[in-house]
Parts: sequence; C-alpha cells; structure tokens
Amino acid sequence: MSPAWLADVLALGGDLLVVPLMLPVGGLLLGLVLGGRHLARVALALMVLGLAAALAVAAAVLQAGAPLHYELGGWSAPLGVGLKADGLSAVLLLISALVVLAVGIYAQRPFGVAPGTAETRSSLAFWMLLLGVWAGLNTVALGQDLFTLFVALELLTFSAVPLVALDGRAETLTAALRYLLFALLGSVLYLLGAVLFYGTFGTLDIALLATAIRGADPLPPALLAAASLMTVGLLAKTALFPLHLWLPPAHAGAPPAASAVLSALVVKGSFFLIVRIWFDLMPMLLTTTAAQILGALGVAAILYGGLLALRQARLKLLVAYSTLAQLGYLFLVFPLAAASEAAGSVDVLTGGMLQLVSHALAKAGMFLAAGLIAASLGQDQISALGGIARAMPITVLAFGLGGLALVGLEPSGAYLAKSLLDGPAAAGGQWWWGLAMSVGGLLTAAYLIRVFYHALAGFQLPPSLKRRPARYQELIALALALGALLLGLLPTELLGLVEIGRTGVELGGLR
Amino acid sequence: MSMAPAVDAGLALLILGLGLWIIAARSNFAAVVGFMTYGLMLALVWVRLTAVDVAMTEAALGAGLTGVLLLGAAARLPAEAPGGGPGAGLRVLVAVLCVGVAAALAGVVLSLPEPAPSLAPLVAENLPPTGVKNPVTGVLLAHRAIDTLLETVVLIPALIGVWALAADRAWGARPGALTPRPSSSSLTLLAQVLPPFGILVGVHLVWAGADEPGGKFQGAAVLAAMWVLVVMAGLADLPKVTNRLMRYTLVLGPLVFVAIGLAGIWTAGAFLALPAGYAKPLIVLIEVVLTLSVALMLGLLLAGPPKERA
Repeated sequence: MSPAWLADVLALGGDLLVVPLMLPVGGLLLGLVLGGRHLARVALALMVLGLAAALAVAAAVLQAGAPLHYELGGWSAPLGVGLKADGLSAVLLLISALVVLAVGIYAQRPFGVAPGTAETRSSLAFWMLLLGVWAGLNTVALGQDLFTLFVALELLTFSAVPLVALDGRAETLTAALRYLLFALLGSVLYLLGAVLFYGTFGTLDIALLATAIRGADPLPPALLAAASLMTVGLLAKTALFPLHLWLPPAHAGAPPAASAVLSALVVKGSFFLIVRIWFDLMPMLLTTTAAQILGALGVAAILYGGLLALRQARLKLLVAYSTLAQLGYLFLVFPLAAASEAAGSVDVLTGGMLQLVSHALAKAGMFLAAGLIAASLGQDQISALGGIARAMPITVLAFGLGGLALVGLEPSGAYLAKSLLDGPAAAGGQWWWGLAMSVGGLLTAAYLIRVFYHALAGFQLPPSLKRRPARYQELIALALALGALLLGLLPTELLGLVEIGRTGVELGGLR
Repeated sequence: MSMAPAVDAGLALLILGLGLWIIAARSNFAAVVGFMTYGLMLALVWVRLTAVDVAMTEAALGAGLTGVLLLGAAARLPAEAPGGGPGAGLRVLVAVLCVGVAAALAGVVLSLPEPAPSLAPLVAENLPPTGVKNPVTGVLLAHRAIDTLLETVVLIPALIGVWALAADRAWGARPGALTPRPSSSSLTLLAQVLPPFGILVGVHLVWAGADEPGGKFQGAAVLAAMWVLVVMAGLADLPKVTNRLMRYTLVLGPLVFVAIGLAGIWTAGAFLALPAGYAKPLIVLIEVVLTLSVALMLGLLLAGPPKERA
C-alpha cells in the first residue's frame, strides 16, 4: 500500500533518530556562516525537512509498535550514550517541528532582511536562537542519558533567554535576566542530581538506572535527594507556581514569534524531563506524597494563573498568565497516575501529553494573534480593543478559537485530555482534581469573555490600524488555533502513539 | 609519614575561608578577586583528587575566563547595591537556608557508596580502539562524543545571545567590551613577549591531550587568553561581527566533527563512530579544529556585543 521509498525510510529504524538530532544543529552551524538575507529561507527549508523527519520517526515508532533505539558511536551504555524514541519522544518531536515550522513561516516578515540590507542584528539572532531552541527540544526528546539531557537543557536555556530580550528594551532585558537566573539555578540543581545518580550507581543511562533503582531495597537516600533536586530545578525552568515569577514579563515582553515558541515549547521541554524522571526513572515516586504536592502546586497554578489573567490590562500579559494556569494542568498527571489502578497510568499520561500538544498549538496561535493585534494597534490594552474584530476578523477568530481550545470545548484536544484525566480522578475517589480542572476551565472562559467583550462589543467603527497584518500571518495563527480545536478528532490509533514504550508503570509502594 | 592529610585539611579550610570571604566582602572587586583565588584553590583540590584534566579546566575557565568576565562586571557596577541591598532579616534567612541545604547535601554525599562505583575500568578496557592513551580524551571524543559536540554547539547560541545585546545600528561593528587600555609600556611589553609562549603552551595542551592530561578546552582557554591580552594592549583589532573568515572559523570545529560523525555511519557503522585504525588521527584532527573554534568563541564571549566606536 505505502510506496516503496516510504517503506525504505521506515526500515531505517533507529538510524532515523540521527536526522532530528542533527538537522537543527546543522542549521545552527550553516546559519552562522550564511547569515544575512538567506538565513530566513534556509531555516524555513530545514524546518520543512524537520517536520518530515519527525513524521518519519513517529510513523516508524507506530509501525514498530515499540521504541526505536540507537547507540551513538556504536558504544552501548553505560560507556556510550544512547538515543531512544518512544511514543512520548515522537509526540514531542512532532509538536516541536510543527510549532517551529509555523513560527518560521510567520516570522519571514518580522525577521526577514529587507532588500538592500546585508544582515540585521534581530534577524540573525532570531533565526539562530530559534534553531537553537529546536535543537534543544529534539535532544530532550531523544536523549537517554542524564548528562546528554543536561546539555540539551543548556541548549534550550541559552537559546530561549536571549529571545526574550530581542527588542533590546530595558524592561525586556530585566525580564530576560530574571529568566536566566531562574533557569541557571535550575541547571545547577539538575546537574547536582545527575551527579548523585552517577555516584550511587555509576551510570547516567536512564534505562540502566531504572533497573538498578527497581532492585534497590531500601532506596538509597541519595536518590531521593537527587530526584528532589532535579525536579525542583526543572520546575524553576517550567515556571510551575511558586517558581513562576520570571514567566509573565518574559513571555509577554518577547516579540510575538518568540513568545509563541517560549510558551508553546520551551517550558514543555523541562516538563518533559520531569515526566522522564518520575515515570521512567523512579515510578515509585508517583505513589508518594510528593506526587500529591506536585498536583497541589498544579492546582495552585491553575487558580493563581487564571485569577491573575483576569486582572491583566494588557492582552499579551493575559496570554502569559494563561500559560501559567495551563502549565498547572500538566502537573495533575503525577497524582492521577497513581489514583486509579484500573484506569492505569497510561491513560493519564496520554491525557497529559494531549494537554501539552493542545496547549502548544492553542497558545502559539494566541500569541501570534495577540502580536498581530498589538502591532496593528501600536499597543495591546484590552480596554482599547473596541472594534478590532471588525478590523481584523481572521486574527480575532484565531485568538478566539485558540481560547475555546484552552477552555476545553468539544472536540478540542484539551477536552479529550480532561476526559482522560477525569476518569482516573473519579475512579480513584479523588474528585478534587476534577473540580480543579472545572474551576480552571471557568476561569479561562471568564478571562476570554473579557477580551471578547472589548473586541466585539458595540458597533464602533474599526479603529484605524497603524499597519495591516500580512494575510499569511493571520492564517498561520488561525491554523494553529484550529489545530488545537480539532485535535480531539484524531483517530484512536494515533492517540495510542503516546502509549508505545509504556509497559504499564509498575507503581509498587515506596518502601 | 605523609604530609598529605595536613595539606588536604589546609586546602579545605582555605576554600571554606575563601567562600566566606566572597560572601562577606564589602566591595565587588574584593569578592571577584576572592572568587578567582577560590577557583585556583579548587583546581588544586582536583589535582589532589588526581583529576588533572578537571583541574586545568577549572583553572582556565572557572578561575581565569569567568574571573575576567566578573572583573569587567565589577568595574561597571556601582560600589554599593542601589537601595543598600537586602535587609538583615532576609540575609539571615538566606544564610540559614544555604547552610541547611549545604549540610543536607554534605550528608547525602557522605551516604554515597564506598568505594564509588566507577566506569573507569570499562573505559580503560575500551580505550585501545580509540588509539588515545588519555582516558578523559577517549571518553570525550569517542565514548561520549555527542556530549562534546553539543557542548561546543551550545557556545553558538550563547555567543549570539551576547551579540544580540548590541544596538541595531552597531551591527557590523567590532565587539566593544574589551577596550584597549591607555598605552602602558608594561602591558605592551607583556602582550609582545607572552603570546609566543602562551601559544606554545596552548598547542602543547591540545597535542599532549591525546595521551596525557590536557585537551581542547584547556588549550583553547590559553589561546583565547593570549588573544585577549594582545587586544587589550591595543596591538590588534577584534574582527567585526559580520567578518566572514571569523564566522567560518567559529563553525569549523563543530562542522568537521559532525562531518566525521556522519561519515562514521558508512565507514564505521554508526553516527559518531570512528573507523578502526583511523581513530587516533581523526580524534587529533577534531581536537585541533575544535580548539580553533572554541578559542575564538571564548575570546569573542569576553569581547562582548558589537559597539560603535565614538
């Protein structure tokens, strides 16, 4: 049925993993040399290839029904470093490639180089840093070694932080510096944890460590310290309440194309590593109070982010606070994974990944739309949005559909995610997690209605726009938002992708 | 009877004292000088732990280059924090928290298994195919080549991050953080006399790194320091950020590394694998080109964002 070349590609198996690992790295190296006016186009071409590579990996994982493995340099762990693509990796690769490509198309105008100019600061910096973020994410998705993953985190951090201050204003520099301090503290804590794992078992490979940990009775105290250090460090990078202080000014101050990547993807990279540590490395943690605490922090983030989003006067800050709240949902997977033996942790993780993907698409679309509105009006005060829906209908539609996807209307990805999470919550008798999700949904609806009230109310004449957004930019934002809204229509076999490589986590109590 | 325990205890006390000094020092400058000394003492500790490669890296990067960056920052900062800094209550709270965390970490480290599990025997067993005799080089360039490659690549976004701080109109200018000092005969003399020796030391570190402690990061740091010295003395100009040759040199190392790695798929069966018999020359080649790129990268990181000359 499938053409022969496709079968050949899929037969490459683990070799395929080298492509998403090296494509953005190659882009970084060639990009610095090319620079100038060609960089935007070359980066875009690489992003198209990147999406194809991510699709190929996902298809190969689906076809094999098992994770793909690769031993770099032919050395096997613990001496060498391995790559692995399970369902989770495939999903992260795919969503990264999709959002990066969408942003790459959108940014052709704001970060292109005008004819007659050789190279501009913002253009070189934006494309190089975008490639850097993408390289970091792909390495996070595929890495199987705690130190390789540390380097991936560094790639992610050093590329993401300067994106915040790309416009060079003093206030964005302050925001970037605060982000840098939080992120570096996170790196140090992560590295300390990795050292303790190595000091205990003499390996950094996740699979080997997991086996050693399963056989350890009782669990050495160093491992609990290591897991706590790494988790706290990664929480600082993910901006989970109360380590969120850096996020709103950073995500709201960055240029829209950068905000979209930061909110949709960068914070998910560190979340992804928390999932690796808790589900793959030390699943026994899921039955402890610590998992309940992570969930409780998630609930606090949902409420706090939602309430503060309601109070924002500026559109981009509202979207940034909404990110805080939406990140909270992700952390419900930790207590829920152990809540119901019947529903199992697999459903919960599928729900969590769906929420991750859905939020990535919706939030990228919303930040791009908010950026177009801000650029057209010259400011983004919510109270001054009157008539904007008549002046920029497609952009406002994109923002609105993205918002509906966040609220969790059927058939959005968030709806499906919440129903997958609700099941175990109800079955395990832990109704409060479900309640938190409902309250969060209401808060989301409330702050969106506030935006719509101003954007749609009255029959004012359209405001005079400083400049019209390019139609293709509006359509990109709309496509991302629509993607989030229709995610729930994905066929079940594709949802099963997440589960590949999950053997049904052996929870077993912490002895 | 050996003097070693006394030396170790002295070192440990010195490091603790320096740590306290850095925290308590009133002026930024004093704290930075303390920090650089602390880095050098830490390097001695690594020597005592027979980790000479780590010691050299700590001395070159931890104490040396970081120290220069911090000195520059201290010179630009006001002597006192605006607003007088945090209050006494907050200071005490921070101190208590830090002491608590440090004590807990110390406890955890003491709980680690003894003797420490180690991959060293496995590395030694698998060193012959790489052709090098320094196990650290074997691990960095063969067994864990991907980490070394990505560590070098990560310097590129870092450098772009520094450059991105420039004003738009300064794009295309030369980096501006290393302003030449007003001409002083002693600095000029130093910048004329030291580099030949420094370059020799840097090259030796890279070359010897295959079989003895040393390697590209240490060698590159020494080379970068010589370059910075010459620039500070006003004997050479930094390249403009749009300079083609400079950009090619920046990516040369990682690009050759990736190319050899990709060739490994066909010649040795895996990405980043080295074909039997050619491993050592390829490793030396990678080390040499990486040294060039890393030295340039480190120098440019110190040189700061491009700035228009008044």
